[in-house]
Amino acid sequence: MSADVSALLVGFARTLRHAGVAAGPDRVQTMLRAVDALGDITPGRLYWAGRQTLCAEPDDLAIYDAAFAAYFGGHRPAGDRFGPAAPAPPSIAAPYTSGPPGEASDTDEEPLLLGLSASTVEILRQRDFALLTPRERDEVRRLLALLGPEPATRRSRRRRPARGGEVDPARTLRAALRHAGEPTRLARRRRDERPRRLVLLVDVSGSMSPYADALLRFAHAAVRRRPTRTEVFTLGTRLTRITRALRHRDPDAALHAASVAIPDWHGGTRLADALKAFLDRWGQRGTARGSIVVVFSDGWERGSPDALAAQTHRLSRLAYRLIWVNPHRGKAGFAPLAGGMAAALPHLDDFVAGHTVDALDELVRVIAK
Amino acid sequence: MTTPLPDGPGALASPAALAEALATTGYLADEGLATAGFLALKLGRPLFLEGEAGVGKTAFAQALAAATGATFVRLQCYEGLDAAQALYDWDFPRQILHLRAAEAAATAAATATGTPPDAAAIEAGLYDRRFLIARPLLQALETSPCVLLVDEVDRADDEFEAFLLEVLAEAAITVPELGRIAAETPPLTVLTSNRTREVHDALKRRCLYHWVEHPGFDREVAILRERLPAVTERLAAQVAAAAGRMRELDLIKPPGVAESIDWAGALVALGAQTLDPDLAAATLGAVLKYREDLTRVQATGLDALVAARP
Repeated sequence: MSADVSALLVGFARTLRHAGVAAGPDRVQTMLRAVDALGDITPGRLYWAGRQTLCAEPDDLAIYDAAFAAYFGGHRPAGDRFGPAAPAPPSIAAPYTSGPPGEASDTDEEPLLLGLSASTVEILRQRDFALLTPRERDEVRRLLALLGPEPATRRSRRRRPARGGEVDPARTLRAALRHAGEPTRLARRRRDERPRRLVLLVDVSGSMSPYADALLRFAHAAVRRRPTRTEVFTLGTRLTRITRALRHRDPDAALHAASVAIPDWHGGTRLADALKAFLDRWGQRGTARGSIVVVFSDGWERGSPDALAAQTHRLSRLAYRLIWVNPHRGKAGFAPLAGGMAAALPHLDDFVAGHTVDALDELVRVIAK
Repeated sequence: MTTPLPDGPGALASPAALAEALATTGYLADEGLATAGFLALKLGRPLFLEGEAGVGKTAFAQALAAATGATFVRLQCYEGLDAAQALYDWDFPRQILHLRAAEAAATAAATATGTPPDAAAIEAGLYDRRFLIARPLLQALETSPCVLLVDEVDRADDEFEAFLLEVLAEAAITVPELGRIAAETPPLTVLTSNRTREVHDALKRRCLYHWVEHPGFDREVAILRERLPAVTERLAAQVAAAAGRMRELDLIKPPGVAESIDWAGALVALGAQTLDPDLAAATLGAVLKYREDLTRVQATGLDALVAARP
């Protein structure tokens, strides 16, 4: 391959990286080898070689198509040489993109009031997130970082050596080999306990905006506690998976990465559609199966309550336990009468408040139940 | 790594050649999938396949083995899968039997000749290759050429993934009692995932990635004709068109190619030449696996579903 072509391809990979596909140097190397292996360069070969070596997940594919069209000036070549191209599946999920870390999203300044220093932790724990001043919010953020929900466990197929339990034939015989085949002691094993998967679905629509920061911090603490057994999605007008963004060790960097990834921050709500997108793309396949699913939402639904009821029911049948967290629940005079909330209610295992640190502490206990 | 298969003159020199070879085994691949398979062969990289259930990911691996004349080894992943079930295990009962037999023979020899039994030799004999039970990964390393399918890798634990990474990278394993067992030529590995959880980046980075899509109308008709010789051209076209319409209906489980084949098979079994609303009503259970989906399709009207393609 000529140096010009290599440079062109490396430039394309760089464009793709800027667009948000994590195409590292080793992937670029593989792409160069793949293009080489295919021989004569045609747009079709270039397209597939690049796509199969630089992309790693379905969300990358739309970005790749756009970058390919922009960089090479053409469009995706007719994909199916042996038949017409299949239409791309409709998707309301947003591609994951990451931006440069930098300025914090929270810049609103409030004059500092004297006497705030008297706020004790106890009072702060019971203060509604929506009513916090910036100073208090910093304190509360520290408290939130300490929460780390530990999901309930289930019995695994995997067995561990144990004192009691069923006889472990393999270990017993292996031990017997050491004594000329004389079984001297019966080794035993027992089934292992494993934490269930925890799935957090956070509503980030406008009506939830006073709580979104606190809830995402809670989600961050959960992801930090069990990085491989926790999944976090945001619901709004679309579904966004932010698990990866939240894996950042630093809460502020993680929150920033998540907020960059969420395109519909503080927008409207299409709760039923977003739930359906979650169930179709993730839940049904297994993410929600046997998991503890927590929905953080005020249930304020613009669409029809029936659709929300149907999707909630579907979710409740897949999940081991479905917990709904509504910040308004903890307030005096609240009744779950709003169309969406009333529709979802019959399908829930637990319905809890989530408006204060104390309420989230309670949620941690419910998750571990 | 080297290619597991010989680069014969003209043999599999391009993605199109691979597509042809696959077609002779009854698998009709599109350009993307053929390119993915070709690159996996050529670069000696594992191929990571994702896509809706029933689009033919597993069948692709089988066809790849058949087309290249390689042995097909399948490892089905599940939660709790560990090295003893995926790699190898010692056959303890047979070892004990061997020990007892050797002991008896040695004692008999000792009483006859007066020489003491050779304990070291008996012990060495215990860890003979014949007492090692090869599970899929070891089988794949010992067979050459070979196509290894690691099915639904997202179902295994992350610990297993890390272990798999090592085996794939080295194309060899070490059995403490026997030493290192290396593959003559690394197996061509196909991994599939249903995205129930995110597979680790380290694993994906070593693989070529391909998202398998539902086939277009013409290819689906061709697949049906290929798989079911008894199906008429007209019936295949009707089934493919109806399946295509169902995929646009926003169902819980849109039908994959596997379901189309099942459906056409059911219709053929009923002796159908063409698809009509009554036959469709009787056989919808072969395509749709949720009551909600059935209701939805019935609500849109079976007449519209089976209508000739415009």
